[in-house]
Amino acid sequence: MEPDYQHLYEILANAQGYIFPNEIDLQWGILIVVYPFITGLVAGAFILASLERVFKVKILKSTYQIALLTALSFLLVATLPLISHLSQPQRAYEIMITPHASSAMAIFGFVYLWYLMVVLLLEVWFDYRHSMVVWAAEKKGTMKWIYTILTLGLSDISPKTLSWDRKLGYFVTVIGIPSAFILHGYVGFIFGSIKANPWWSTPLMPIIFIFSAMVSGISMVMLIYMVVSYIRTRHFDINVLDSIGKYLFFVLILDFTLEGLDQIHRIYEAEESFETIKLLVEGKLYLTLFISQGLVGTIIPLGILAFLQFYKGKIRLRKTLYFTTGILVLIGVYSMRWNVVIGGQLFSKSFSGFTSFKVGLIGLDGTLMAAFWLILPFGILAFLLWLLPPWKMVQEEE
Amino acid sequence: MDNERVKSSRRKFLRSAVAVAGATLGYTWLKSTQFLVYAAEPEDKSLPWYGIVIDIEKCIGCGSCAKACKNENDVPVEPFFFRIWVEQYTVMNDGSVDIKSPNGGIDGFKQTIPDEKIFKSFFVPKMCNHCSKSPCSQVCPVGATYESPEGVVLIDEKYCIGCRYCVQACPYGCRFIHPEKKVANKCTLCYHRLKKGLAPACMEICPTGARMYGNLRDKNSELVKFLKEHTTQVLRPNLNTGAKLYYNALSSEVR
Amino acid sequence: MNFYIPPQIKRLALAFIIFIALFLVLRSFLVPDSFGQYGFYRGESLADNAKPEIHYAGHQSCLECHQDIEDLKLMDVHSDISCETCHGPGQKHVLSSEAADIFKPASRESCGVCHEKNAAKRKSAIFQIQLDTHNTGKNCTECHNSHQPWTMKE
Repeated sequence: MEPDYQHLYEILANAQGYIFPNEIDLQWGILIVVYPFITGLVAGAFILASLERVFKVKILKSTYQIALLTALSFLLVATLPLISHLSQPQRAYEIMITPHASSAMAIFGFVYLWYLMVVLLLEVWFDYRHSMVVWAAEKKGTMKWIYTILTLGLSDISPKTLSWDRKLGYFVTVIGIPSAFILHGYVGFIFGSIKANPWWSTPLMPIIFIFSAMVSGISMVMLIYMVVSYIRTRHFDINVLDSIGKYLFFVLILDFTLEGLDQIHRIYEAEESFETIKLLVEGKLYLTLFISQGLVGTIIPLGILAFLQFYKGKIRLRKTLYFTTGILVLIGVYSMRWNVVIGGQLFSKSFSGFTSFKVGLIGLDGTLMAAFWLILPFGILAFLLWLLPPWKMVQEEE
Repeated sequence: MDNERVKSSRRKFLRSAVAVAGATLGYTWLKSTQFLVYAAEPEDKSLPWYGIVIDIEKCIGCGSCAKACKNENDVPVEPFFFRIWVEQYTVMNDGSVDIKSPNGGIDGFKQTIPDEKIFKSFFVPKMCNHCSKSPCSQVCPVGATYESPEGVVLIDEKYCIGCRYCVQACPYGCRFIHPEKKVANKCTLCYHRLKKGLAPACMEICPTGARMYGNLRDKNSELVKFLKEHTTQVLRPNLNTGAKLYYNALSSEVR
Repeated sequence: MNFYIPPQIKRLALAFIIFIALFLVLRSFLVPDSFGQYGFYRGESLADNAKPEIHYAGHQSCLECHQDIEDLKLMDVHSDISCETCHGPGQKHVLSSEAADIFKPASRESCGVCHEKNAAKRKSAIFQIQLDTHNTGKNCTECHNSHQPWTMKE
């Protein structure tokens, strides 16, 4: 099958200045924008969940399981955009059998596995085991088997064992917090360690990724909480939103500060690549950086959240504002991923030119595929909420 | 009695199961450590350690090298994939720099800027630098690109998964994804020719002798003698890639 | 044994051990045999990279049949240039000895690629002419011997 050169000729015609001949087409496209976005949601949702468990923020109790299952749903999908983006996806298993220790990407495979198995799955297991044992006893047929398998056949619900469930769950959450940082910090490091690309290469990259991940995860959980509660009970608790909103506000301030620091540092030092990066930011990246990420995704939400710290009036208005803020923040974080991944490839390593990027619609590397990977976690979440409903859990006596 | 028999047969089964499992695990453990026990640096001093010199004073921008490379290595002729290419730098009198590489320089260069505007102009052939601390090998997640014992950076086309991390990591823009093979591809210093005692195609073909290759370990080689007698530079020295492509008369505008 | 191991730990440890064992077994079948032979890569890949067919035969191969042309060349300024620089890849022709299997440059552009005047070409590196004013319409080989360019034809 003849490879499609037509779109490459179009890109070549649109190239500005001088780019290295091999740099015509972007190597990492929209799927690689989606992937850090998804892993960021995982880390952020998990951090929010651990706020309740480890820091005993009682008001967030009702969001705990939702945050956990959200994290799990997104984590299960996290590697799929990566695998579908490979040009030899059938060889993807090689990363697990011969991981090159010096490659951040290879190590990520194991960091991911660790986080999935030792942190998330275990935490869900410890939290739900008691309820799953009870459900296994109550249900019949296939469901009975499903729950029995999920409990790993351990049906002991004596008080001593239950107390160990809590202790071990707590322990897992505690190691889960640094694990979540490592998970998403690693994604940042995958970019931040590339010395060939000055837009990516900064020690701040893992930190920026972690904080924007927390911001996106908190927003996502807030939105899901609102949606799920509304679907089930037609109302949700404004105090929970106020509490989540407070954390979102402070983390967003930190995120904004860090990203601002990165740019200020770059502008001040104005080293070799600065001229071309300045042109990039003022030109091709203007819309997605200043408008989408900066204004829509950060400044406006900060304004709304600051307002909501003082305004305690009309509940309906506040709920609408929280919902809007959640959406805007997610747009902002998605734009941030876009700006990092796509922005870093739009300028040439010759520092003298730019290429252009057009996202295709169909194909393994297209918008529809990206949209599918973004929507799939919600389907998984719906399934998990049906399989492991938080509101039907056995109530523990405190 | 009956219970005891069942118990003992269960124990026997468990014991043999553990034995089989243990043996399998032992074997797999031995195999798995194999890759850990390798020479970190190729120590076979009998093999040449290849380096390259490009003399900018001699390059006339004919593009024969780039053309020869595509002929020799089955690289698609479309202007998007180049294992090597030639750039032309024109520094104008007003200080601006014009850089171009039409079709990688394969068809040569036509002068488009009038002489009066030109301060100086020169050609810079580019190719894989066969770095001794190559960032591309460092980031490959599966070990599909590596430095051979002769110091040539190669790609394992049967193992590459096409993640493109190496393409991102190369500061020189040498790598690309082959549109038909769908794996990473780049200059191999014509390894298949080196192994037959032939020169890389681009070196063979260069009419002015601007391209040289040789054994950096051999103090008497033309290459090492050239390095001794000329002032040479690598591209992006600040990135510490251990590049083994040395340019003679490299001007500061070149990236 | 005095200390108490919660049943969850026992059950999970078993599950993890089975999982890791399965992974290691699967791995031993999947890792290519020559992996790690010389470094962190498949050792056989070196042989794979040495396999491709050559297309340029190399200067020496031409001399086996065309020493006479080489003798002409050695007397003039094109002496150091490999035959295949102008004639293109020659391996096919070496194997088949067919004249049709190798390229014979015939146009002004073939010579112009090197000799066309360009501010970036050092005069010390190559002799240059302004192609669009130098005997336009004629082929270079009408006056110049390609192998002995300064020996003019009548």
